[in-house]
Amino acid sequence: MEAGMVTPAPALVRFSGIQKTYDGEHLVVKNLDLDIRKGEFITLLGPSGSGKTTTLMMLAGFEVPTHGEIYLADRPIKNVPPHKRDIGMVFQNYALFPHLTIAENIAFPLSVRKTNKAEVQARVRAALRMIKMESLAQRRPGQLSGGQQQRVALARALVFNPQLVLMDEPLGALDKRLREQMQLEIKQLHETTGITIVYVTHDQSEALTMSDRIAVFNDGIVQQIDRPDALYEHPVNSFVAHFIGENNVLPGTVEAVDKGYCRVVLAGGGTVTARAINVAGAGASTSLSVRPERVAIVPDDGSGEGPNRLPARVRNTIYLGDHALAVLDVAGNGEFMVKLQPGAHDSLRRGSPRSGSLRPGEDVFITFRPEDCLALDPA
Amino acid sequence: MTDALLTGADASTEVPLKRRLRRAERTRQLKALALVAPLLVFLLFTFAGPIAGMLWRAVDDREVRQVLPNTLAALAAWDGKDLPDENAYAALASDILAARASGTIAIAAKRLNYALNGFRTILTSTARNLKAEPERGTARETLGRINPAWRERTTWTTIKGAGGPLTSFYLLAALDLTRNVDGAIVAAPPDQAIYRSLFARTFIISLSVTVLCLILGFPVAYLLATLPPARSNLLMIFVLLPFWTSLLVRTCAWIVLLQSKGVVNDSLLWLGIVDEPLRLIYNRFGVCVAMTHVLLPFMILPLYSSMKAISPAYMRAAASLGAPPLTAFLRIYLPQTLPGIGAGSLLVFILALGYYITPALVGGAADQMISYFIALYTTETANWGLASALGAVLLLATVLLALVYGKLVQGQQVTGGMKN
Repeated sequence: MEAGMVTPAPALVRFSGIQKTYDGEHLVVKNLDLDIRKGEFITLLGPSGSGKTTTLMMLAGFEVPTHGEIYLADRPIKNVPPHKRDIGMVFQNYALFPHLTIAENIAFPLSVRKTNKAEVQARVRAALRMIKMESLAQRRPGQLSGGQQQRVALARALVFNPQLVLMDEPLGALDKRLREQMQLEIKQLHETTGITIVYVTHDQSEALTMSDRIAVFNDGIVQQIDRPDALYEHPVNSFVAHFIGENNVLPGTVEAVDKGYCRVVLAGGGTVTARAINVAGAGASTSLSVRPERVAIVPDDGSGEGPNRLPARVRNTIYLGDHALAVLDVAGNGEFMVKLQPGAHDSLRRGSPRSGSLRPGEDVFITFRPEDCLALDPA
Repeated sequence: MTDALLTGADASTEVPLKRRLRRAERTRQLKALALVAPLLVFLLFTFAGPIAGMLWRAVDDREVRQVLPNTLAALAAWDGKDLPDENAYAALASDILAARASGTIAIAAKRLNYALNGFRTILTSTARNLKAEPERGTARETLGRINPAWRERTTWTTIKGAGGPLTSFYLLAALDLTRNVDGAIVAAPPDQAIYRSLFARTFIISLSVTVLCLILGFPVAYLLATLPPARSNLLMIFVLLPFWTSLLVRTCAWIVLLQSKGVVNDSLLWLGIVDEPLRLIYNRFGVCVAMTHVLLPFMILPLYSSMKAISPAYMRAAASLGAPPLTAFLRIYLPQTLPGIGAGSLLVFILALGYYITPALVGGAADQMISYFIALYTTETANWGLASALGAVLLLATVLLALVYGKLVQGQQVTGGMKN
């Protein structure tokens, strides 16, 4: 792990030019090249139908790539059946065998490998201890709660020390609180065992919480593979910017590009300076991306002339407990979100008519730094 | 507000609330009862009643009692060790004369003939030759002269044994048992002992049909459960098709197919696979083929419903955990279909036990099942007692099977069979 941080660990899995089609017309996965490093926790993130689950299923061996090759530890595995791949898998609905006890479920991968009885017992006991469920060994899956079933599914996928563990939206069926707790438990398990985990989810906050790296899928193509913070701070295109975290979009046209920055004339009026990330050049249309927490609301007092200062009208404010959001009308975008500072939030809650609170219909100005505004491909 | 106060008051005393709940529940229960009442009444008359009647007829024995009342009264104190005394002979003579007058002698003769072959002749010849009531003290001699059988102890024990009002005679007969002259239960003579082998045959045919249905039905049910809906619906129509044709028509179709000049034999001859027609019908083969065909849907449907409930994720999970396909099938899939296998097998087996028309049409003499004999005794020989006793034994076997299955299923539910 530590070494992995400094120099990239060797690739455990390599997808090379993978294509997959079910109907012979439409590619679900288009030309996928992806390296998964030994010991990393990588998440395949994307909306449904983006090809992430198909990719996982090809790795597990339940789907065969139409084109390309998958290497596991430098061995081509396209024609290796799933049971010979030595890959553990946690399924969406756990797929615990209902007719076997918890202990028998966990022992299953060992017993099909003809491990001797004493060792099976020892390893099952160790696995049960790891998930803190020794006392429930003789229960059936149907008698356990969702979280407990989830832990058993994890233990079963790990007990035979596979090279790789795949998880297909394993927390989708749990309620929010339990899901957050399990996220931390899985993360912890990954850190203590150092096993390589490929995780599929459509929940970006889950991906951000757990992953070493995230591969963002859309339309059968990996849009960006990066660390969670890099994805958030430096999205390479509008899709990633929009999919990861909250995001305000302002369409416009590039006027000039200079030293990594560009001037953009907004479609709704006004001109701003933005970092040129994914723009074709002067004259091209673009889509600006600004995070809600990087925008400040300044009163309409005519003072100061920042580089990015736009008039806005307050539409609404939303109270969210630990923070609040202001919904503004900015340059034609009627859902422009601004995260309010705690101070602003206090005065908002009191509903006081003093300056600093926001009333619907009020005219204000917003401002943001050029480096916080990204000029991306038109959405 | 007022309601809340009232409830509070009720809670302190408890009783009115409970009574109110009972009243509310009672209305609901009455409504439910009213909904099922028509069916309940219907079943009472068409199902429970006839079954009770059948069970009663299996032990009912009042025919001889009704015809020879005085004889049976006189035999009441007889110990059966020697010939009965003069009184019994006199009573028999007067009973026979009275029965001849009322024309009921044949009723007793029929019943007594079941118990002792040839009794009909003894009784009718005596009735014919007994001109008048014998003089006092000469009844034994007179009757003995008319038919020497009256000097046999067996003749008298038979009458006493058939005295009723209840008897184990038919039930014993259905199990190839009988009572000897001393009243002990012994095996029936070999020429009458046909029912045990008949039950065995019935069970063997039913079991073969059940096994055939399971072997043929399991892959079809698997296909039905795993195919995409459009195609599985089409296949399901084919499975259910036999239900839309009359049983008689389907059985006759098998006769057409399997007879020596039938389609199957003609094809085999034409292809040169056989030199002379195979005997495919009026034997065990024909019975098993036709019954399996008729009963197959009853196996497929429970199997299908149990397989439909098995998520494909289980097999994938088994494969990802390192189980080769056969191991995964045997250890993961098959155990989860056991409730379906049990239900389908029980259904087919119980239905097969009572099969009548198919074996009667496509079976030979050695392939007739118990229902054939029940029908025979009911309609041809009018031996309702024996028919009922055979039916009762069959019913008992079926109920026992169902109970065993119920126990097994219950065990399944306690220990597993739960879904995520």
